[in-house]
Amino acid sequence: MTDHSTLLKVDDLRVWFDIKPQGAMPWTKPLKLKAVDGVSFELKAGETLGIVGESGCGKSTLARAIIRMVPAETGTALWLGEDLLSLDRKQMRGHRKELQMIFQDPLASLDPRMTIGQIVAEPLKTHFPRMSAKEVKEKVRLSLERVGILPNMVNRYPHEFSGGQCQRIGIARALIVEPKLIICDEPVSALDVSIQAQVINLLMKLQAEMGLSLIFIAHDLSVVKHISDRVMVLYLGNVMEISEASQLYKSPGHPYTEALISAVPIPDPKANRARQVKLLDQDMPSPLDPPSGCVFRTRCPIAEVRCAEVKPELADRGNGQAVACLVR
Amino acid sequence: MSTANPGLHPSQPKTAEMAERMEEVKGRSLWADARRRFLQNKAAMASLVILTLVILFAFFGGYLSPWDIETINWDVLGNVREAGRPSFATGHYFGFDDSGRDLYQRVVQGSRISLAVGFIGAGIAVMVGTIYGALAGFIGGRVDSLMMRFVDIAMSIPYMFVLILMLVVFGRSIYMIFLGIGLTAWLDMSRIVRGQTLSLKNKEFIEAAMVAGVSTMKIILRHIVPNLLGVVVVYTTLLVPGMILTESFISFLGLGVQEPLTSWGALISEGVKSMYYGTWWQLAFPLAFFVVTIFCFFFIGDGLRDALDPKDR
Amino acid sequence: MTALLEVRDLTVRFATQDGTVTAVDRISFDLHKGETLGVVGESGSGKSQMVFAITGLLADNGTATGSARLEGQEILNAPASVMNKIRANRIAMIFQDPMTSLNPYMRVSDQMAEVLVHHKGMSKRRAVQEAVRLLDAVRIPEAASRVTMYPHEFSGGMRQRVMIAMSLLCQPDILIADEPTTALDVTVQAQIMQLLADLQEEFGMAIILITHDLGVVAGACRETMVMYGGQLMEYGTTDGIFESPTHPYTRGLMRAMPRLDAEGGELATIPGNPPNMMNMPRGCPFVPRCDYALDKCWQERPRPEMIDMPGEDETRLRACLRKVEELG
Repeated sequence: MTDHSTLLKVDDLRVWFDIKPQGAMPWTKPLKLKAVDGVSFELKAGETLGIVGESGCGKSTLARAIIRMVPAETGTALWLGEDLLSLDRKQMRGHRKELQMIFQDPLASLDPRMTIGQIVAEPLKTHFPRMSAKEVKEKVRLSLERVGILPNMVNRYPHEFSGGQCQRIGIARALIVEPKLIICDEPVSALDVSIQAQVINLLMKLQAEMGLSLIFIAHDLSVVKHISDRVMVLYLGNVMEISEASQLYKSPGHPYTEALISAVPIPDPKANRARQVKLLDQDMPSPLDPPSGCVFRTRCPIAEVRCAEVKPELADRGNGQAVACLVR
Repeated sequence: MSTANPGLHPSQPKTAEMAERMEEVKGRSLWADARRRFLQNKAAMASLVILTLVILFAFFGGYLSPWDIETINWDVLGNVREAGRPSFATGHYFGFDDSGRDLYQRVVQGSRISLAVGFIGAGIAVMVGTIYGALAGFIGGRVDSLMMRFVDIAMSIPYMFVLILMLVVFGRSIYMIFLGIGLTAWLDMSRIVRGQTLSLKNKEFIEAAMVAGVSTMKIILRHIVPNLLGVVVVYTTLLVPGMILTESFISFLGLGVQEPLTSWGALISEGVKSMYYGTWWQLAFPLAFFVVTIFCFFFIGDGLRDALDPKDR
Repeated sequence: MTALLEVRDLTVRFATQDGTVTAVDRISFDLHKGETLGVVGESGSGKSQMVFAITGLLADNGTATGSARLEGQEILNAPASVMNKIRANRIAMIFQDPMTSLNPYMRVSDQMAEVLVHHKGMSKRRAVQEAVRLLDAVRIPEAASRVTMYPHEFSGGMRQRVMIAMSLLCQPDILIADEPTTALDVTVQAQIMQLLADLQEEFGMAIILITHDLGVVAGACRETMVMYGGQLMEYGTTDGIFESPTHPYTRGLMRAMPRLDAEGGELATIPGNPPNMMNMPRGCPFVPRCDYALDKCWQERPRPEMIDMPGEDETRLRACLRKVEELG
């Protein structure tokens, strides 16, 4: 089942937003918020790429730019050879059944006025309008069953389910059109720990069964590392490191990754005490005015003068790691 | 630790086959919840009953008395204060108006006109306003700005002035009144609907529909409009009395419907003029109907708003 | 040693349209001077309502019964005149979302000075000086010039520091922190937790730390209390609980957490859903999800019992009808 062809190749993707400063005249030039500033990566079939970073790093914006929910400034996103960012609406629509998404707030991602049967059926009816009602019903039933929701619940409404169940319904909706890639935007952040584990297991199981690729976006490093094959670390719209998940903890390549890992509290009191937490100075700079050169340099413990002049490229270090750093 | 079938209670069926044999459980929609809450609201329910009675009165009240709205009783004319009193025996339940016509029938007639103006005017406002507001809100950007600037400009024109102008220029037909009142009320509605649409647009289930590839029109009709209905319904129940009030004011000024048609406002206007002569019933009856109906709408509107309040969910 | 705070059989009930909900069900614990107690629980555990009851912040439809003694003085359900002197002065509280805990229309200096003027009768000038001193203590850079700013001019992490500074103005005996870092990035969380530890050393207050994150508890608290469905499941030293959890729920929680230092693979989950507070079982609240449940667990509610843990110098409390040995 392992097919290692490249599914998605993103090259130098930039997403810039125009922001009018407060109280400005209508003719003042707007500032540019550089949410994503030159991100490149590849995703292979059947793999899970985790994207991790703190607030403002641009991970959600990146995902939305790839599926054309927000406009990209420049860059390409080659999906099975075709550049998604250059397609018109009609062409893009054709690809939508291959690229699906699940969202952070499980209940808010379901229309409160529709039954879950209708919700799960909607993508199917949109892409296959001529499918018979009977067939639709059967596929809905199968999809719900796959995520562990009983088929006799099809007429229930979202508010009658718990958060974890709502997330499963969202997954069922994404799966019903048999996509190749599911983008998971913080899918477990709003769930209790015990429920998180259920949903994570479910996603991993479905991936194995259906040969799905996943882009898993989260701020929780432990969760991302657990589910991903490779992990991409973002900071202020730039890639700091892309690394095999196992390597990430054992030998983080980038100083930011190091800081992130050391900041994650381990549920083991003795291990916690033995650790040295590397605290980062200062606050994250504003994406309206990112630092020149390497964006991390203002908080980096090993920054040198040259880090302000040149933006480091992502360089392969072997060992399944690619790091963007001039010093390391 | 078991990882099989999370989400199942031990008493629930463990296999899909067992579940198949179970009947599909009926869900409890949010409308059902709201209906239940509304039914528990005594003031709102009482108002609904009274309003229904008023509507029935407007439709069928005419059959309960043998008289009509035009015939003048020459005996009473000139002596309305003594001879024109309400009397159950003669069938002149509400007495006579100052021109010697049966007041009961005229109040029935007035109810029809006033309620029609209220409902039809509100109906026009809702339909035009909702579609306009939803489109503006959803499309956003420059289109939204243009559409709403137009609304802003239209709203800054004093509507009473425009209405009176229209009535003077085009004549005082009932249809002109519908048109005039409907044309001004939709502006407010469009603002409200646009605001709701904007907040809905950012909800994740709308994003999910867009990601799934649903077309814009379908998103508006299938996802946005049903979620707007709560606000629209509440605002409509408050819009109807507003329309009735507007119409009454115009009639009070003497610019309302033409004789022999009449409305509550016109009747109240006449009733006020003749109040000095002691013919209190000419004011009391139409005023009572008017006030009671308006109150009913307010209570129902309040009840609906409480019932649909998302805070309770 | 008499405890600083003694809570006995604290019960909180809410009267709702659909019936009575028991959010907290006979919780008892002691808090000693300078101690840090971690309260761990997921949604529905009642951890927040418990502290709201103690500080007199329950909603109108909530009733609290039982007892909470602060150095011998009964404060549960005490009248507002009494509680207003105790809140902020002797028991301070910080919340999850700093933006909604700070008044957006008042300058930070005014908000902080208000506390001191009210409780200590200071002059406004002195109060602002003291505020600056504390902002320094929580490591807000350029505190003297920053103090006159409005809350929205601070970043999330800084706002939380302002909250902490505000809570320490009157040098309270107890600081209650309700999910103080949940809304923050992980690097900021590490800074805040370090700050709390340093401040505790400097000011000597006791801390009740409420969280769902076992990692945070492991790093910060000497004692841990695990709650589920409003009831106490397990209570003991953090080291002891993490090393040998004796309750099925605690064990399940630990196994369900993905850890940075662990390999991937299937996570051991706790089956089922979070408790439905409207429909709690008569016996143990955890019974629908417990792998070790017996019939009697559905009927009989387990009371917390002290057990001896070999190798620990402090005893453990656990509420479970099955013996530790039976859990395997």
